[in-house]
Amino acid sequence: MSGYIYYPGCSLKGNSRSYEESILPVFKEVGLPLQELDDWNCCGATAYFSVDDTMAAAICGRNLSLAEKTGKDIVAPCAGCFLTLKKSNAFLTSRQPKSDKILRALKSAGCEYHGSVKVKHPLEILIKDIGREAIKSKIRRPLSGLKVACYYGCQLVRPYTDFDDPDYPTTLDSLMEAAGATAVDYVAKTRCCGGSLTGTIEEVGLRLNYILLKEAKRKGADCVVTICPLCQFNLEITQGKMVKKYKDDVRMPVLYFSQLLGLALGIDKADLGFSRSIVPLKPLWEKIGNGGAR
Amino acid sequence: MEIQRKVKYEEELDPNFLAEIKHLSGSENIDGCIQCGTCSSSCPMSIYMDYPPRKIIAMVKNGFRDEALRSFTIWLCPSCYACQVRCPSQIKITDVMYALKRKAIETNVFPSRFAIPVLDREMSRLIAKYGRNSELWLILRLYLKSRHFLTMIKMAPLGLKLMKTGRMSLRRESIKNKKQMKALLNALKEET
Repeated sequence: MSGYIYYPGCSLKGNSRSYEESILPVFKEVGLPLQELDDWNCCGATAYFSVDDTMAAAICGRNLSLAEKTGKDIVAPCAGCFLTLKKSNAFLTSRQPKSDKILRALKSAGCEYHGSVKVKHPLEILIKDIGREAIKSKIRRPLSGLKVACYYGCQLVRPYTDFDDPDYPTTLDSLMEAAGATAVDYVAKTRCCGGSLTGTIEEVGLRLNYILLKEAKRKGADCVVTICPLCQFNLEITQGKMVKKYKDDVRMPVLYFSQLLGLALGIDKADLGFSRSIVPLKPLWEKIGNGGAR
Repeated sequence: MEIQRKVKYEEELDPNFLAEIKHLSGSENIDGCIQCGTCSSSCPMSIYMDYPPRKIIAMVKNGFRDEALRSFTIWLCPSCYACQVRCPSQIKITDVMYALKRKAIETNVFPSRFAIPVLDREMSRLIAKYGRNSELWLILRLYLKSRHFLTMIKMAPLGLKLMKTGRMSLRRESIKNKKQMKALLNALKEET
């Protein structure tokens, strides 16, 4: 397959709109404009695999089949979508009786899949296909003086470890440093944010996210940089309650890596979805000079 | 004082449970567990669990079907795979948790109004029907079905903030080709 087709998933069309709004211009800027996969369906995330793994793999198979028809590999910015599609892809091409059965069902429903698509994360493409040095040469407004805590969360680096280290990954740190920022030594970088637990058992979700922000603050970070919609959401919306509960002001902006990279590449601040932040971004603009507005 | 037995008699254990979970999880090496506890110490959720992951694996290995399937542990697993990548015996622990969740739903022994299985089921239903998840609809269904009416009211200010920043809408998302989704799910049923 040559080139990439963009798989948004539900989050990038919903609460993490700013991720879509920033990843698309960033990819355009680095010379890889993305087109959206037509009529994609939801990946099913961790939920469908908890209920019915056959159906879960089949609905991912439909997406893979749609991508295969375009002749392109999938780029999935949501870490949940990325893992779910990648895991299903590995399963569907494993030639087991169970997976062959799903392939037959896909065929009879008019979405035959031959197994030629690869599933990638934008961070992987930026680092491996385009390269850190090439990106560095395009930086027009370095994020000088900005200290960032690079948070990878879980599903981008686990259980598949082919792209970065599962415990202490460094690709995002390296990309942010190429953009001129300083990446703090963030030991909690792959500790789980609890995923949907923030919505189901709030107290537990709150604690997990508090640990993450406390560590970022302790290391002197000005903001957390994320690659996953659910991580971003959890870390952002729990801040008010955290301050009340733990009497500790750990508040700080939580941004998508593409928003900051976009700024550094010289894309207009107004075109990167910053207005969707619930946490005030004023401290950030003070640090990097009014968002580097032209 | 009443004497209570803490250990199960052999005939109370399910000798088929291990084979069942091996098959369902795709992790054929569960009995290679050396009970080192790396999984429990890697798990960000183990302090909230009724049995830490190490014990769950021991239960699966030894046929403690009821205890494993009725545990809160399996639902608390957020699938972060920390245990799985560190397991020295390469047991796919997260996939074992998934298999136990499915078995618990299939045999109807999960805590019925507990929010996590409710969320999983409601999201799967939305996707099967519309092909896409709609965040607001999912959250409403979650709080209604798990009887968390108070939480729903408490979450309203956040919902408004999200709507104000354009991050949440009332629209129900759907794919165009819902027919194909239906055909796919039917074809799968026929195959089984």
